Amino acid sequence: MSIDLKTIKHISKLSRISVDEKKAEKLADDLNSIFDFIEKLNELKTDKVEPLTSIAETTLKLRPDDIKSKNIREQIIKNSPQDNEDYFVVPKVIE
Amino acid sequence: MSDITKQSLTELVDNIKNKKLSSLDVTKAFIERSEKSKELNVYITNDFTSALDKAKKFDQKPNLNLKLPGIPMAVKDLFCTKDVKTTAGSKILNNFVPTYESTVTENIWNEGAILLGKLNCDEFAMGSSNETSFFGNVQNPIDKDLVPGGSSGGSASAVAGQLTPITIGTDTGGSIRQPASFTGTVGLKPTYGSCSRYGIVAFASSLDQAGPMAQNVKDCALLQEVISTYDSKDSTSVDFKRNQYSKELTNNINGKKIGIPKEYRVDGMPKEIEDLWQKGIQYVKDCGAETIDISLPHTSYALPTYYIVAPAEASSNLARYDGVKYGFRAKGENLIDMYEKTRSEGFGAEVQRRIMIGTYVLSSGYYDAYYLKAQKVRKLIKNDFDEAYKKVDAILTPSTPSSAFKIGEKTNDPVSMYLNDIFTVPVNLAGLPGISIPAGHDSKGYPLGLQIIGKAFDEQNILNIAYAIEEKIDFKNKITDWWIK
Repeated sequence: MSIDLKTIKHISKLSRISVDEKKAEKLADDLNSIFDFIEKLNELKTDKVEPLTSIAETTLKLRPDDIKSKNIREQIIKNSPQDNEDYFVVPKVIE
Repeated sequence: MSDITKQSLTELVDNIKNKKLSSLDVTKAFIERSEKSKELNVYITNDFTSALDKAKKFDQKPNLNLKLPGIPMAVKDLFCTKDVKTTAGSKILNNFVPTYESTVTENIWNEGAILLGKLNCDEFAMGSSNETSFFGNVQNPIDKDLVPGGSSGGSASAVAGQLTPITIGTDTGGSIRQPASFTGTVGLKPTYGSCSRYGIVAFASSLDQAGPMAQNVKDCALLQEVISTYDSKDSTSVDFKRNQYSKELTNNINGKKIGIPKEYRVDGMPKEIEDLWQKGIQYVKDCGAETIDISLPHTSYALPTYYIVAPAEASSNLARYDGVKYGFRAKGENLIDMYEKTRSEGFGAEVQRRIMIGTYVLSSGYYDAYYLKAQKVRKLIKNDFDEAYKKVDAILTPSTPSSAFKIGEKTNDPVSMYLNDIFTVPVNLAGLPGISIPAGHDSKGYPLGLQIIGKAFDEQNILNIAYAIEEKIDFKNKITDWWIK
């Protein structure tokens, strides 16, 4: 299997990371060598194996949904790249 | 008292408790040495001024019943620290100041320790050499231009270089044990569910664990005792009866059965590593333990499995970095363009590579072939360990297939970089505890580590085995202070 530039463009779109031509070629090379290495898994027959979906064999516990941190709105807003009063500002989404 | 920074954590705690040293003496000593050690590049952010204030405050009304009374400590910059910048080694979090504290660090401060600063690491803990950090590579105190390992490279160098008495790292595929091995220090990756993941910048949630990195096994046990708590804020935290690891520590491992897995004898492994392993086998026998040859047949599938599972989880975890609520934002023509440019400029090459791999293996049409397949093989790997533990109490292997390498040596070949973690990754996939302890030097004088892998939640046992053979090994780290002019 080989990952071509078209696939790289597709993954880049899905992962919301812009790539130019040069970067796409480098990524295609890297990903192909990594996937060559990953292909080793196909040596194994796994039809009858149950997938491991959780390593901690524990049932999820419920806890009361209490509010513990109070009045941190200002500090949270302070971390945003752009804000306006109590809001996060993003580029215009509705024309 | 001179040479404060040469003392172990246990010695410092005793000296503070016996009032031979104040917290301020100790804090000052580590800050002074850190100031002289900028060339190692271990700190991303220092918090020295407030550390001195906290030390003075501690000394005014010292609570000597605490486990870490007035002990200064730097931590990996992957742990969120309230009001202190937390970057995860990334440009995308370069200006992020958490409004909350991670549970593990909170446990540490509650026992009286004082934050010295935040330590360099690979970006989002993705790397094995600390070269993917946005804040530059870290120097290994062992030799100039040598990598300290990764991702907890800053943590390992800080302990080995005596810039902090002890520290914490995180381990997703070997990120505590491999740098510990490269720097001649002790590193414990606890059982999945032992230490809370709350407030740790997430990489691969089913693999990530925090753990102590120390100069010796006893210090390591003491910190593990502090950081391992049940936490309702982490839904995968496990409520089990935790030991008093340092108090229960014993070098009596008489009659313990220790497995030697033949599959860890990999192609091209240097003779020095094989020799070290044989020495380790002799040490455990000398301590009265019995070694048994075992098989972990799916070992060679662990790395390919890891490089599906970890990037898949990372691609999902890192979706939150969109330049909206916190972190770096690039200018874009519209919202989507802003997202794409923010992530392209904010993440480094290795992180982008892993997000791409993860996105691909989870994408429509490829999920079954890659992600589901990897989850099934992960089950087989875990079954190998379950089978082995019917016969043995613990497993002994080398920590890494080589000693530390030079900065830049492996950066152009991701797969050769990934191979560093060949002995550590299976432990994360199976959710088990593993400890690396320094066990010798190679011909260049660089440290080499041995790994002891335990049953789930059996940290006490591997700490005991490590403690017993540590005595036999009598390892001395060769720190020449080459970076101090």
